[in-house]
Amino acid sequence: MTKTLRTLSRPTALLFSLLCAITALVLAAPARAEIQLNVNRGDVQPLPVAVPAFGGGQVGADIAEVIGANLQRSGLFRPLDPASFVEKNLTAAVQPRFADWKTINAQGLVNGQVTVEGGKLRVDFRLWDVFAEQQLLGLQFTSSPENWRRVAHKISDAVYERLTGEKGYFDTRVVFVAESGGRGKTIKRLAIMDQDGANPSYLTTGDSIVMTPRFSSNSQEITYMSLRPDSSTIYLFNLETARRESLGTFQGMVFAPRFSPDGGKVAFSVERGGNSDIFVMNLSSRTSTRLTSDPAIDTSASFSPDGSKIVFNSDRGGSPQLYMMGADGSGQRRISGGGGRYTTPVWSPTGEFIAFTKQTGGEFHIGVMRPDGSDERLLTTSYLDEGPTWAPNGRVLMFSRETPGGPPKLWSVDVTGRILQPMPYPGAGSDPAWSPLLN
Amino acid sequence: MVRSVNGNTVFRLALVGVAAASLAACASKPKPTYPTQTPPATQAQPPRTELPPAQPGVSQQPMGALPGSTQDFVVNVGDRVYFDTDSHDVREDAKPLLDAQSSWLRRYGSVAVRIEGNADERGTREYNLALGARRANSVRDYLVSHGVTADRISTISFGKEQPLDAGSGEESWQKNRNARTAIVSGAR
Repeated sequence: MTKTLRTLSRPTALLFSLLCAITALVLAAPARAEIQLNVNRGDVQPLPVAVPAFGGGQVGADIAEVIGANLQRSGLFRPLDPASFVEKNLTAAVQPRFADWKTINAQGLVNGQVTVEGGKLRVDFRLWDVFAEQQLLGLQFTSSPENWRRVAHKISDAVYERLTGEKGYFDTRVVFVAESGGRGKTIKRLAIMDQDGANPSYLTTGDSIVMTPRFSSNSQEITYMSLRPDSSTIYLFNLETARRESLGTFQGMVFAPRFSPDGGKVAFSVERGGNSDIFVMNLSSRTSTRLTSDPAIDTSASFSPDGSKIVFNSDRGGSPQLYMMGADGSGQRRISGGGGRYTTPVWSPTGEFIAFTKQTGGEFHIGVMRPDGSDERLLTTSYLDEGPTWAPNGRVLMFSRETPGGPPKLWSVDVTGRILQPMPYPGAGSDPAWSPLLN
Repeated sequence: MVRSVNGNTVFRLALVGVAAASLAACASKPKPTYPTQTPPATQAQPPRTELPPAQPGVSQQPMGALPGSTQDFVVNVGDRVYFDTDSHDVREDAKPLLDAQSSWLRRYGSVAVRIEGNADERGTREYNLALGARRANSVRDYLVSHGVTADRISTISFGKEQPLDAGSGEESWQKNRNARTAIVSGAR
């Protein structure tokens, strides 16, 4: 695991990298050698950045605030307090007074201007390397005025990518199960929101129990399971048209659906006579193929990003563990090796890791391992953590966490385990599923 | 009510009812009460001038659950059996109840049931759905092996979605690891 930050223009790169390694020394005297930063290290110090209110009134201030909050939550950046800014009312049309920003030790500076003209919103922004006194990025976005949050997310992604060398994940949405009503009489509704908790809305009414929603790679379609007193159904739901259709009628219970990376198939479990096996349905031909036939529980299938393999959960060895097979069901073998119970495997979008839920000694963990089962690392520990989902860049995981007797809440943790925090959504929620980057 | 005389369970129920009534102990179940007999006064003694002791009143209430009804099944047989952690084996202590379920179901041959498997919260959602399904099927298999025809029994798993006890701790978890036999049709 040696993802590195893109090399910045020299002085910033120096500062950034050294800040991460030896903060105190860097702050005192920048060194000369260029060091590459490993963002997966546990001692990364967030980069100080300034995101002053964009010009153009309230919407300009709002956009800057959303950008700052996104960068802050990533854990890789530390937006500075606007009260400390020396240069005020900076517009995108002029070069910043770098000395003013050096004074407060802003390494990066994001400034911009919003213009509303003819019913269109135009946002110009620039990213500056303060100590190199250079522009790193200058972009213009045009959209409709009510779409200003998405513009802020796209700017956040551009800044993140320019400074880390990795794709961002801010212009994304999360589908999840919103819970209300208290334990034992919980109402579960499918809901969707932006990744920062904004714009939450319900997709189902709560007349049946819904669970385990998952995004298709096109971000417009989800699949989920609905449970009624006498049956279960897997649905495909189009977020643009609100069209919902059943995957089909099966003998036995169906559950644990998940799209293939190309969106053309859905893997799912069918239970008959107490035995759960994994099937895959081709969505265009509507034919399904059985992939496992072991009398044990086989469930929670998740495709590799190239679609060639499936990781799944089985207790065929006596306890729930993670197994790997070809997408045609061939070559089934166990990959999890440690003690404890492993469930909910999810392949990362980069293919690098499998995330999972692990139970040991009365506690739950979210963890990651390589697809061959090596390099297992536990990222969280609590009374009940469950059901990880990956941000599209493979850098952050979201999951649900419960305290004894409490409602589930959505949390996130980065892949190093360093940046653990509740999601900015105040309600009770479970089974989050992160969308790919929106188009 | 015509059928009420032809079942052991019903007899037992009646006896229980009488016992409960005489003890006047059970508030939740219907409890027919009966007059207490006072010995007749001896002829030799002349009537005394004081008033006779007050006669106990006679109250009337409905009989216990209608035999063959859902209430009969739930109250007099029991609708739920419990499982060990991560296990779907029918426990020894669950067998008497399942034996009673199968004899009740054999007696009332028109009743169809759905067995709902449940799991505690100490597992993840999808695995627990599969585990609950196994529990439901363990009960189904037991009933079938004791003479209940398979086509009268359907199964479903609620996983950890419908906990019987909302608490957290082994006592609650134990209650939530169960399979409930729910009557869906054919009961009186």
